[in-house]
Amino acid sequence: MITTSGLTKVYRSRGREVTALDGVDLHVREGEVYGVIGQSGAGKSSLIRCVNLLERPTAGTVTVAGQDLTALAGRGPRAGKELRQARSRIGMVFQHFNLLSSRTVQDNIELPLEILGKTGQERSRKALELLDLVGLADKAKSYPAQLSGGQKQRVGIARALAGDPKVLLSDEATSALDPETTRSILQLLRDLNRQLGLTVLLITHEMDVVKSICDSAALMEKGRIVESGTVSDLLATPGSALAAALFPVGGDPSGDDRTVLDVTFHGEAATQPVISHLSRTYNIDISILGAAIDTVGGLQVGRMRIELPGRYEDNVVPVGFLREQGLQIDVVNNDAVGDGQPLLVKEGAK
Amino acid sequence: MTWSEMQPLLEQAGQETLIMVGWSTLLAVVGGLPLGILLVLTDKGGLLQNTVVNKVIGQVVNIGRSLPFIILMVALMTFTRWVTGTTIGSEAAIVPLAIGGIPFFARLVETAVREVDGGLVEAVQAMGGNTWTVVRKVLVPEALPSLIASTTTTIIALIGYSAMAGTVGGGGLGDLAVRYGYNRFESGLMWVTVAILAVAISLIQFAGDATARALHRRGGRSGAAPRLRLLKTEEPATADVSKVA
Repeated sequence: MITTSGLTKVYRSRGREVTALDGVDLHVREGEVYGVIGQSGAGKSSLIRCVNLLERPTAGTVTVAGQDLTALAGRGPRAGKELRQARSRIGMVFQHFNLLSSRTVQDNIELPLEILGKTGQERSRKALELLDLVGLADKAKSYPAQLSGGQKQRVGIARALAGDPKVLLSDEATSALDPETTRSILQLLRDLNRQLGLTVLLITHEMDVVKSICDSAALMEKGRIVESGTVSDLLATPGSALAAALFPVGGDPSGDDRTVLDVTFHGEAATQPVISHLSRTYNIDISILGAAIDTVGGLQVGRMRIELPGRYEDNVVPVGFLREQGLQIDVVNNDAVGDGQPLLVKEGAK
Repeated sequence: MTWSEMQPLLEQAGQETLIMVGWSTLLAVVGGLPLGILLVLTDKGGLLQNTVVNKVIGQVVNIGRSLPFIILMVALMTFTRWVTGTTIGSEAAIVPLAIGGIPFFARLVETAVREVDGGLVEAVQAMGGNTWTVVRKVLVPEALPSLIASTTTTIIALIGYSAMAGTVGGGGLGDLAVRYGYNRFESGLMWVTVAILAVAISLIQFAGDATARALHRRGGRSGAAPRLRLLKTEEPATADVSKVA
């Protein structure tokens, strides 16, 4: 549904060049929720703005619903008619909602319809229908200033849907909201994705967003996509940084002479009593350092950090046994445990 | 001088002031609004970025603003005659008043329009709106409370200018005060004129403020939106993004 290839964006100001996007290849399939996660400055915002060409990419192409938008862009800085038409078929929601304070909620939702040249009757019918869809039927005549953050974002979503888009771009839509409201907005996006078959591309710095609604995810660092795939594939990828960040387990080894393993269960394997089986078969004592079960991308996933006595060399056979059971085993390097470098440092902590 | 003597003079002068200020305000708004918007649009990073046009308009506006009104009036006499066929009277005074008012209002419009959150412009662009849509649906309506306040300021400035217009036979209340109060030592009439002007200006200011406030209260701000894009930060409420490499 959305494909970018070799997308590059270089900002030039006063002789300095900043590469915000460095050859990004992204592929979002129809009907999925795709999350791009990364720190501030990783290039997420540039990426999503390049998708509807609010930012002109320096190089590379963007294709949305089979239409090459970069070819429509033309030479000048202004958007031509064809590009504007293509944009009207792509919805976009913003971190700070970007609602017009001078218009009522209903009039805000009618704005894209005015641009599309719909009649007054069509506009108000559509607007009321959308308000109903986002659960704000009673707020039609309110002004944005009278709404809470979550309600404003609902209006923003309704407005983005006014042109019946197949694609919705979400630019940190929940980053200005509290956790409770974030959940309800994510739920709404998920429902819309299912009910309307809407393809959603969202950017975020919150792992929870990816965890709760994304089918696929990509990790961005310094303008590049360093890891991407469906969430279930990522979880099944040994050493995946995204998978570990989506589903962290903690726990330090109790001594030097130990082997620490991260065991990931999903699907069939999650129901088997593998740990006690392992213990009985090889007659070894297993300590559980940390464990969690969670739903990631709609899948039940379990993760456990266990400790076996002896060095890794002594435990090759038990590790092989676990792998045979269909479990994903990551051997945690002793040196890295405890003082590991955070992959994604806390936003704003720099 | 008795009140019955003053009354016809005041009525006549009041009407002249009204005509001069009314028309010149209208022209200043009609001329200054597009100029002010163009100043924003053609500026660096604007939707119609064009350094040459921006510099030219900026210079014209600066020259218009820096000339003392009385000099502008005299300098424009040829032009005034070409437009109205005369250089004296209230009608003739409207020309320099409007030309003085346009750059004055344009600068105020520029400031007001710059205050509009850039995110709103981006939102309309993302909907497929063109520059004209952005101006019509975002910049003007969102800046309306400030634009009303700017109009109030312009009317009051033009009332001040209109007193000088008396010197080219434009008439008006200011001229009345000068002719009778200063030239004929009729301080009674002068004080009445001063009082009328003071009351009129207060009323205009009050009405303008009330309108701007009513519009502002209706809309308020669009929430947490910072008005400068440059200040946009991505501060999360919680730090969920952390992991061991």
